Amino acid sequence: MQTPILSIEHLTVAYRLQGEWFEAVCDISLNVDAAQTYGIVGESGSGKSTLVQAVMGYLSANGAVQQGAIYFEGEDWLRASRQRREQLWGARLSMVPQDPLSALNPALTIGEQIAEILVCHRYASRRAAQARAIEMLRRVKLPDPEGIARRYPHQLSGGQQQRALIAMALASPELRLLVLDEPTTSLDVTTEAAILDLFAELQDNHRAATLFVTHNLGVVARMCQRVAVLYAGEIMEDAPTEALYSAALHPYTRLLLRAVPRIGDSAPLQAIAGRIPSLRQRPSGCVFAPRCPAALERCHVHKPALERADDGHLVRCHRWREIAEGALRFEETAAELRRHEMRHVEDSLFDHLFSAKQSSTQTTVMRAEHVRVRYGVHSALSRLLGTKPPFRAVDDVSMRIPRGKTLGLVGESGSGKTTLARSLIGLVAMESGEAHLLDVPLRGTPRQRAKATLKAMQMIFQHPEESLNPYRTIGQTLRRPLVTLLGMSRAEADRAAADLLRAVNLPADYLSRFPSELSGGEKQRVAIARAFAAQPALILCDEPVSSLDVSVQAAILNLLAQLQAQYDVAYLFISHDLAVVGYLADYIAVIYRGQLVERGAAQSFFAPPHHPYTEALIASIPLPDPKAKARRVRLPDDQPSSVVPSGCRFHPRCPRYLGEICRTHEPPWQRDQQGRFYRCHIPPHELAALQTENGA
Amino acid sequence: MIAYIFRRVLFFGLTLLLTSLMVFAAVRLLPGDVETAVLGRGAEPAARAALRQELGLDLPFFVQYANWLSGFLRGDWGKSYAIKAPIMPLVLERLGNSLRLALVAMLIAIPPAVLLGLLAGLNEGKPFDTAFSLISLVLVGIPEFVMGIILINVVALEWKLLPPSASVPPDASFGEALPRLILPSLTAAAVLLAYIGRMTRVGVIAELRRTYVRTAVLKGLPWRQVVFKHVLRNALLPTITVIAISIGWLISGLVVIENVFAYPGLGRLMVFAIQQRDLPLILGGVMISVTVFALANLVADLLYAALNPRIRLS
Repeated sequence: MQTPILSIEHLTVAYRLQGEWFEAVCDISLNVDAAQTYGIVGESGSGKSTLVQAVMGYLSANGAVQQGAIYFEGEDWLRASRQRREQLWGARLSMVPQDPLSALNPALTIGEQIAEILVCHRYASRRAAQARAIEMLRRVKLPDPEGIARRYPHQLSGGQQQRALIAMALASPELRLLVLDEPTTSLDVTTEAAILDLFAELQDNHRAATLFVTHNLGVVARMCQRVAVLYAGEIMEDAPTEALYSAALHPYTRLLLRAVPRIGDSAPLQAIAGRIPSLRQRPSGCVFAPRCPAALERCHVHKPALERADDGHLVRCHRWREIAEGALRFEETAAELRRHEMRHVEDSLFDHLFSAKQSSTQTTVMRAEHVRVRYGVHSALSRLLGTKPPFRAVDDVSMRIPRGKTLGLVGESGSGKTTLARSLIGLVAMESGEAHLLDVPLRGTPRQRAKATLKAMQMIFQHPEESLNPYRTIGQTLRRPLVTLLGMSRAEADRAAADLLRAVNLPADYLSRFPSELSGGEKQRVAIARAFAAQPALILCDEPVSSLDVSVQAAILNLLAQLQAQYDVAYLFISHDLAVVGYLADYIAVIYRGQLVERGAAQSFFAPPHHPYTEALIASIPLPDPKAKARRVRLPDDQPSSVVPSGCRFHPRCPRYLGEICRTHEPPWQRDQQGRFYRCHIPPHELAALQTENGA
Repeated sequence: MIAYIFRRVLFFGLTLLLTSLMVFAAVRLLPGDVETAVLGRGAEPAARAALRQELGLDLPFFVQYANWLSGFLRGDWGKSYAIKAPIMPLVLERLGNSLRLALVAMLIAIPPAVLLGLLAGLNEGKPFDTAFSLISLVLVGIPEFVMGIILINVVALEWKLLPPSASVPPDASFGEALPRLILPSLTAAAVLLAYIGRMTRVGVIAELRRTYVRTAVLKGLPWRQVVFKHVLRNALLPTITVIAISIGWLISGLVVIENVFAYPGLGRLMVFAIQQRDLPLILGGVMISVTVFALANLVADLLYAALNPRIRLS
């Protein structure tokens, strides 16, 4: 048997914090062979970044390998001198990082940043290196490689930047190991799909070993032959991809797979209670035991070994045999899940707050008509001295949200979805159009609005750490809307705040804590409690789960669903993730460059016909199932430009482009038989035929 | 880029116009009046009125301003009340002296400041960095006159290496003037070195934390190349702005140093003008130092843009 390219043996890495050492990666062993793609999946805090840094030989200054070894092509990599590492970095092992813009030097051209690798490793002269750089850019399928080579990072879109970084990583002709560190996490889903295609295609050529590190189970299913599941710095399970997805043996893996929302499936998601242990408080037994529904007493005391269950299937669990035989069932059924979450909501005394609530009888909570928002409108003087041309972020958007229902708004970054929400709540001014909340017109800034209006519409933001005041206790944060908007006395507010916490499934003693003492998911629960405190009729949820780990995300989504069922609150649920929106929404609207391109009921939303953009969005979602057929509708990378294309604004990227008419005429709204509306020149029956024959 | 330059230049003009208006107004608000300053305390009311008329002080404010501005633009900056001589040649001569001093001070200060700041930043938290931070803090903290007097006493009087006075005959060439310029320049350079050095250090530390540095290292580039090709270029961008601002300070803010070394710079002229209530001279001096300051900023902005593709190409 040949030596593996990368061999990690019992690796333990620790960080020194305030004089003490804490293990971030613990006893990890794995081998990656040539032409193999090995996936490392983990949530935040799983130690995957530490593992990447150790493999690259670039640990941060306070980190150190405590035990074990890393061999790179048989060479003891941990003992390699700095000089030796410089010889290998960029030549035999290279990395594609997570956030492409920050990983590129803003002051150097793309071409120069690729060429310098070839020059420094003496693969080419300075002049030849430029030509080779252009060749690499062509290989990663960038249009106009000569032009791109002369450009600077900020002149490229996110997808193009990532392609340039891939070109860099693959520049060396001697490449043996490619480490991909969440390479698509910061990209839009359509761009992600195209980049994954590129990886898959390049893999066939370069034959290097690939270590693919990600939190996304869908991406792994598509890309990897073998997967290791990391939790709290340890490998929980390590198996060939198909086996892992079809017959996972570890409770964590099984729960994780059921925590991912899937398109067309609205059964409650499996949430995993608790949170990943911090470096300081690693459990002495099985690290997952505190969150494991199948944990026995010995699980808390004895750490299970990584056992070989099957040919090539490794698992670290005391009870894997019972799981393998099907004798142990710990996943909750849909009905159980529903009951489980509901119990907390019903138990809370929060109910009495809402009893007087929905006295009004309007069925429409929010009605927006022809809303337009424009950024960068300047005076004549500032335009003369000024910076950017005005840019219409939201263009002629109309929508209705019925009481107690959820409208899911899906769009990629820069589509204007957040701006729309901000204009409704009054943080940015509308250029034209109007919006009514419970038949009251929305005008002015939040300060100018009536208390009843403020009370009736609340917002939950993407980053709970930024939307909670770090200097106020949770109690102070929750009491404020109760006192100012509902006019409660201090004592009443105290009691109600405790009820609110119970409703979002947090213990009452959290009232005296500060946000910094809470995990991300807990903070988001507080943000939800705060939004509900005002007894709103509508809550604008702006990407409320996208900064959270999968297991936590599931719990938050379930909570939102249950609170809605109980209190008849409407949501405008904004997300880039169609699967998440599909899980929660009653109606779905898709927004592209400021304009709605499709809207309809959620039940029938995932069947054709679709607007071609929606079609590409659906096809791009990486499914957590290695056997899923890849649906090949792909969009070219977006160009960085603030100029809105003429005619149909999707036409430059449209896979169903008809011709002249798309460039010259703005498409009309069309209505299909199920009552769905979309904005395209292609009539419903033709579009449906095109999209079904493709095997969607 | 052309639009950017155009905007900056336009902004430059606007700055000068606004400052001139503000200074013109502010000068009117100075306590005391010209008549007393020129004619003495016991002057007849008639004589005072005649002088006011002669100087145009009886006209409405904006007419006075317009008259002064049009004269200024035509090169007629008026006559000094106190010296009774045309202002422009006087101010320009002093400006020349100040520029000499500033130039020498910058030549002395900038190269070591950037080098030391870079080394301190690369060795963040190590003894060299701590020593650098401490010494630069002391340099900023010592008042200029103390530093100047120490230098005069030690270098000029004790060691007799350089002349203690910096007064130069007006027709002296740069080479002849240089030895006399070194001590006052050193005094100014001490402060400058500390400021620029600290700015460079902070810039380097901030850039080293950026992800692109990791990318560069993991390409296998030698550390020296990572530092000079990738880090330094970005780290120096804020430093450029600091240098530009310090030019303004060097031109008109060195009154104390000029006094200690008896150097005929612009700063001393302005103090003299203010003491004498010499309005046209104050205006001329302020306008020229504002112009130099704004010009330095303009150059810094353009340089910043030239080095920073994000601005150059947007």
